[in-house]
Amino acid sequence: MKIIVCVKEVPDTAIALKIKGDSPEIETENIPWVINPYDEYAMEEALRLKEKFGGDITVITFGQKRAENILRNCIALGADRVLRINDESIKNRDGLVTSKILAKVIKDIGYDIILCGKESVDYGYAQTGQMIAEFLQISCVLAIKKLDVSPLNKEAICHREIEGGLEVVKCNLPAVFTAQKGLNTPRYASLSGIMKAKKTKIETLEPDAWGFKPKIRITNLSYPPKRQEGKIIKGTLPDTAEELVKNLKEARLI
Amino acid sequence: MDKFDCIIIGAGPAGVSAALTIARKGLTVTVFERGEYPGSKNLFGGVLYSTVLNKLIPEFYNEAPVERHITKRRYSILSKNSEMAVEFDFEDFNHPPFNNSFTVLRAKFDRWFAQKAEEAGAVIFTETVVDDFIYDNGKVAGVRARREGGDVYADVVICAEGANSLLTERAGLKKKPLPHQMITAVKEVVSLPKEVIEDRFNLSNNEGMALEFFGEAVKGMIGSGFIYTNKDSLSVGVGCPISVMKEKNMKPNDLLESFKSHPVVKKLLRGGKTEEISAKMIPELGYGNLPRLTADGLLIVGDAGGFVNPSLYREGTNMAMYSGMMAAETILEAKEKGDFSERGLQGYVKKLEDSFVMEDLERYGDVPEKLSEMPQLFKEYPEAILKLAKGYFTVSDLSKEDMHRQAWNRFKDKVSMWKFLLDMYKARKAVL
Ligand SMILES: Cc1cc2nc3c(=O)[nH]c(=O)nc-3n(C[C@H](O)[C@H](O)[C@H](O)COP(=O)(O)OP(=O)(O)OC[C@H]3O[C@@H](n4cnc5c(N)ncnc54)[C@H](O)[C@@H]3O)c2cc1C
Repeated sequence: MKIIVCVKEVPDTAIALKIKGDSPEIETENIPWVINPYDEYAMEEALRLKEKFGGDITVITFGQKRAENILRNCIALGADRVLRINDESIKNRDGLVTSKILAKVIKDIGYDIILCGKESVDYGYAQTGQMIAEFLQISCVLAIKKLDVSPLNKEAICHREIEGGLEVVKCNLPAVFTAQKGLNTPRYASLSGIMKAKKTKIETLEPDAWGFKPKIRITNLSYPPKRQEGKIIKGTLPDTAEELVKNLKEARLI
Repeated sequence: MDKFDCIIIGAGPAGVSAALTIARKGLTVTVFERGEYPGSKNLFGGVLYSTVLNKLIPEFYNEAPVERHITKRRYSILSKNSEMAVEFDFEDFNHPPFNNSFTVLRAKFDRWFAQKAEEAGAVIFTETVVDDFIYDNGKVAGVRARREGGDVYADVVICAEGANSLLTERAGLKKKPLPHQMITAVKEVVSLPKEVIEDRFNLSNNEGMALEFFGEAVKGMIGSGFIYTNKDSLSVGVGCPISVMKEKNMKPNDLLESFKSHPVVKKLLRGGKTEEISAKMIPELGYGNLPRLTADGLLIVGDAGGFVNPSLYREGTNMAMYSGMMAAETILEAKEKGDFSERGLQGYVKKLEDSFVMEDLERYGDVPEKLSEMPQLFKEYPEAILKLAKGYFTVSDLSKEDMHRQAWNRFKDKVSMWKFLLDMYKARKAVL
């Protein structure tokens, strides 16, 4: 079984991001980068499929040199091949360009199952998986929480959480699946895996001549509005309770 | 996995110095670090003393992520709303090697330093906690890391786990430190524009200042507060023995808040934005209570060994690096003889004894204990002296002579002159 996993590096959500001057970009110097958490579920699912059915896992990222770190981690976990599509020469790209390029690379490699995170936690567009499926003209199930594959019948059954219930979806392979939290519990890399990863040289592709053009563009970024300062009502009961009710009424909360 | 020549637990200054030294000699060495990357969890006040580092990596300051070199020092005693301070400014420290004192932020510095060891051939595993030693016939033969395939073997293990030395204790080399032997410290990084820092502290480009505060800075307890200037931030913190904090029922964070809101300190921080805050311990075991530093197949380095000079110098990084380097050299010698038993590793202790590490620990190791016998140094005296000074400087209708006499009498009411002079003498002898 040929399994493809698409991963992306994102700023660690534990830190507060800064906007770079007036530009619609974030300050990317000196901030910690991690693998997109949803992609970790995708990677784990790939490992489980390989353990069950055999085959090989190729992990692809579209990013700059720094992103080799997350690819190395995928090798440590058990990926057979990793590939970085260099984005350093591509100034503007949107989800469309990313997906087109990924689809082109994936097509050349060959695939039975393609796994992505359901969205990246940085910009959160949630488009890559479905667009790849569209460009490859294959089935696509989004935000799955369970995946059962039958290579013999060339089909898969997935569970999806929907508002107030559970949906079971059957589809043909090949297919793209995007991973939702809860799909599995990602493992830690073994020491020998990390050792192997340290020694691996990472393959890079240069996509600049492919000429895909973005269709959307970020024009502005701003911080969320500051939270209003709270108000502390001092005094003793029952005065404070009365004051509280008065305040809540004034704020039209009750 | 293959067996290594040496395993090191912890990628702080001590562990990385050892790794670098060993890797350069072509031995195989691996380092286990619990943090996401070396330095990610580490913090210290902020002044890296670098005589040893400058030997390991000559002129490191040209490439390492250092913030500023310290040319100015200020020591001050605070009362509720006054300050008495001395300030030193040394133009000579403005030239290489910059008096070997630099402010650094550990998250950046440790990472850079660890990379140097990796370039030399050391293998560093991050996000990997070591849970225990593996023994073979009573000799330490490896470590158990918390990962699949985590049992890793080596001829010798260096434990560079820092102040919270659970493994050293578990190996039976060290007793659990008593509350008065550990300083608990909290520190914040407060960002301010570079120009503001340089104006406010009167610094030119890359010059830095270290400010230490006593007395009311830490509520009159034994301990101190500090401000160190980084490039575009200040490191602001307080530290006191755990025993004293417990006794006074103080929480470290509250102590830091109170320090920051002291009028003198507040002025220095105004406009700053707190970027991060964290707490950590500093060992002050005292010379007589240092742990056993060697066992069969095992060496203890850095804070785990209690190597911090607790006096005004608060020097830990330099000692950590020196001990790491000496452990490495000892291992290289032991490798030649093929003897990694405790006896084969004794050279390590000797090397430390012949160096500034043990000399300074012997000289200064007991400072905290001696000072703790004179709590008046931190509370009554500063208050009385500042009142005296205020009496001298207050402008009023009284004749100067009357004013001075009054101020002086008030001082003598509060403080016995003989005892004061004796205490000052004792304090000077202890600290300087
Ligand atoms: C608030 C504060 C202010 C200070 N100010 C100064 C100063 O101004 N100047 C100065 O020279 N010194 C100062 N020090 C002291 C200095 O920080 C230490 O002496 C120095 O960091 C010791 O280095 P180390 O390598 O021994 O330990 P550490 O720097 O503590 O490194 C230990 C490393 O081991 C890792 N580790 C621990 N246990 C395990 C495990 N089981 N498995 C895997 N990894 C593990 C930790 O994550 C850490 O990275 C200060 C300390 C504090 C807390």
